[in-house]
Amino acid sequence: MTSSADSSSWPLWEVFIRSSRGLSHVHAGSLHAPDATMAIRNARDLYTRRNEGTSVWVVPAAAIMASDPDSKGAYFESAQGKSYRHATYYTQSEGVKHL
Amino acid sequence: MSFASHDSATRQSQGEAITAEEIAASGAKAEDATARYALLLGDDALILSQRLGAWVSRAPELEEDVALANIALDLLGHARFLLTYAGTAWDKSEDDLAYFRPEEDFRSCRLVEQENGDFGKTIARQLIFSFYQHELYSRLVHSTDTTLAAIAEKALKEVDYHQDHAAQWMLRLGLGTQESARRVQAGLDSVWSYVEELFTDVEPITELGDIAVLPSTLREPTLTRLHQVIEQAGLSIPDMSGAHGADRSGRHSEQRGLILAEMQVLARQHPGATW
Repeated sequence: MTSSADSSSWPLWEVFIRSSRGLSHVHAGSLHAPDATMAIRNARDLYTRRNEGTSVWVVPAAAIMASDPDSKGAYFESAQGKSYRHATYYTQSEGVKHL
Repeated sequence: MSFASHDSATRQSQGEAITAEEIAASGAKAEDATARYALLLGDDALILSQRLGAWVSRAPELEEDVALANIALDLLGHARFLLTYAGTAWDKSEDDLAYFRPEEDFRSCRLVEQENGDFGKTIARQLIFSFYQHELYSRLVHSTDTTLAAIAEKALKEVDYHQDHAAQWMLRLGLGTQESARRVQAGLDSVWSYVEELFTDVEPITELGDIAVLPSTLREPTLTRLHQVIEQAGLSIPDMSGAHGADRSGRHSEQRGLILAEMQVLARQHPGATW
């Protein structure tokens, strides 16, 4: 994401909404706003129109470092075949009764 | 003025709130004076809603389009409650009152009738009106008329947001650039002479006792809060007296007829049309 040095438009913000207590904030979308305070208000108008949320976060899009989609292999696929990383790979020891 | 009720896959729940249909079906019948009071409050909301609607597709950014449209729709909702309730006194529907009432029977204040101007002027008008309306509805929730109290309670939460929106923008425009400060100050100057009308004790309010909120009692608290925000924004309170004819009669307004012509033309040319 490039930083919004372009003064003809407001900077971009990413919006995260928590739908109810106990759940995590989930990415809902993005919007433009002149500053963080107005971004929260715009988020309320754009993303919580139908009682969706109990909490809203906004983050400057420029502050998010994203993984490189072209490095998908190195980043995410090296986990394939490493079944020992899953609990189901291991057999239960006889001595352990209540696992 | 009816909204289609769209079923949406993303809808969570509508929540509990009073609706215009419930008011119509409740069998509550307003007394004549109470109805005329509801009409006066409803006309302010209706006319401002119509004004703000004209910002759609013309605001500085798409997000602000949505914010202003949202406020306009909230106000349209208030107008629907109030006109529906007023209509119970005379067996008229909200649409009869909104679309088929002549200009001279409207009771809107001149502040809401003022043209949008630029964004600075609209924010100036929003600041004044939403602060006034917030003060008004926070008192109207104690009305001895239970329908008016319920309407005020629903509307108050929305107006709370309207005044926040206006105050945030007043600060940003006032403390922004020289040009933004100049424009929002010009906006304040151009609407300030219509502030006094909001606080004028007109009939039928004077004869309603605890059913209504006497406008003159809102003057002090509303102006105090307005002064705070305007000063905080580095702007000055316009030094001018109220415009002549603060009686909501429409005889001293050039704007009302033009707004109504636009708002009413479709319903009058195609009576009963739905869309």
